[in-house]
Amino acid sequence: MRQVQQKDTLTVKPEAPPLLWRHRHILDLDDFTLEEIELVLRTSDAMKEVLSRAIKKVPTLRGKTIASLFYEPSTRTRSSFELAAKSLSADVVNLSAGASSIVKGECLVDTLSALEALGADIVIMRHPMSGAPYIAARYLKASLVNAGDGWHAHPTQALLDLYTIREHKGSLKGLKMTIIGDIKHSRVARSNIWGLTTMGAKVTLCCPFTLLPAGLNHRQDQFPKVTIEADIEHALDGADIVMALRLQRERQPSGLLPSIREYVRLYQLTESRLAKAKPDVIVLHPGPVNEDIEIASSVARGPRSVINEQVTNGVAVRMALLYLLAGSRQL
Amino acid sequence: MLPKIIMTPEDIRRTLARMAHEIIERNKSIENLVLVGMRTRGVPLARRLAATIASFEQAEIPVGALDFSLYRDDLARLDLQPIVKSTDIPVNIDGRTIILVDDVLYTGRSTRAAMDALIDLGRPEQIQLAVLVDRGHRELPLRADYVGKNMPSSRHEDIQVKLTETDGVDEVAIIAQSSLKEGQQ
Repeated sequence: MRQVQQKDTLTVKPEAPPLLWRHRHILDLDDFTLEEIELVLRTSDAMKEVLSRAIKKVPTLRGKTIASLFYEPSTRTRSSFELAAKSLSADVVNLSAGASSIVKGECLVDTLSALEALGADIVIMRHPMSGAPYIAARYLKASLVNAGDGWHAHPTQALLDLYTIREHKGSLKGLKMTIIGDIKHSRVARSNIWGLTTMGAKVTLCCPFTLLPAGLNHRQDQFPKVTIEADIEHALDGADIVMALRLQRERQPSGLLPSIREYVRLYQLTESRLAKAKPDVIVLHPGPVNEDIEIASSVARGPRSVINEQVTNGVAVRMALLYLLAGSRQL
Repeated sequence: MLPKIIMTPEDIRRTLARMAHEIIERNKSIENLVLVGMRTRGVPLARRLAATIASFEQAEIPVGALDFSLYRDDLARLDLQPIVKSTDIPVNIDGRTIILVDDVLYTGRSTRAAMDALIDLGRPEQIQLAVLVDRGHRELPLRADYVGKNMPSSRHEDIQVKLTETDGVDEVAIIAQSSLKEGQQ
């Protein structure tokens, strides 16, 4: 008699009624409900299964054109979106600011309408100015995905972080998440705070006060409530998840930090400091890592680090988002 | 119009038993078989068929679940986008005889999508199709190898299959479409 292992995923549970996906653009996570985030994460599970196959390709977006428009450099986000689009069989056009008419002084709206005239159904945009995608979305008939705008938001990164956390912890409800580093200039932190709070996690921010964003805990309707802790050991105490952030020196004016050495001494995520957190803590970093500045290389490459999983999961999460956007009626 | 019950729990049980016998008869050896249920209601049906075959033949047949949403040809036309779930087939399908299982065979488009999805996973020796209800109105040149019940229907009607595992009750009903929510099929 042959024994066949049956996995639990085969069990069919009664379904909740399907959700109406109401986002034509993905600009930030501040307008995502808990159910919408869960829909993205569940769809990402299915996409991860596609990526585990020998042939990592499905025909879902055949005939759709996806354009990426990057006004800032990027390694992970850009290649991750490109792989995601190609795995769904979409055609991909890549534009970067250095190698297009942007250097000749073309304005954003004109570049976008040119992309649209070329037949782009979804535009993926990274821009150094906070809020630029909101202006772009007003002029676009295509869907827009914000791949990072200035200090403001990076919703796809936050969703892949949530996905990675969920893979390790199951639910995020009641978990303590500590974010350490240059929060003021971090679009990743901002989008993550929205997403984590919606999912029921409690967020603690830890950094020198000069690197804190203005207006925290001031108005509930503008930003979720967070705990602020200047001392890293207190901040890490009992944490379930830790995220380290790079010092974004390209965005920092001078005078925010007395010296990098002092910052390293007071705020670097080291193994001995990480020992304050829960034993099953996971360490995230959106990359690129400046090793031995915001995070010790032994931690970044250590057993608690899920940094490479974040990159892998990024493709699945972006496939899920492209799929959901392509199904919205207006496209 | 009130739903008209066309299959009771007893009917469904007997029909699946007959289909299991047909599967055994047609395939002679069941060694090579894999039952693959099309999500959502094909999966519990595949499990029941496998359990029935196991009780007749004292052999376990692997059961898988297939989600074909990513292969549909009508994504842009649907009002509600289907929720994509994982495909989970516990064995390599190369060289196996796959029996695709679905609740209702209608236009044949889901079956087409499911076959494309399967072939992306490997090269089965054969694909056969088992459905609980065949309601006609094919739009593609397809037929089922095992049919539980032929139910000629009007396009204005809908065939609603309910199973204990997904809906808490075993029942097949024919129902006027106007009383259905859109996007249910």
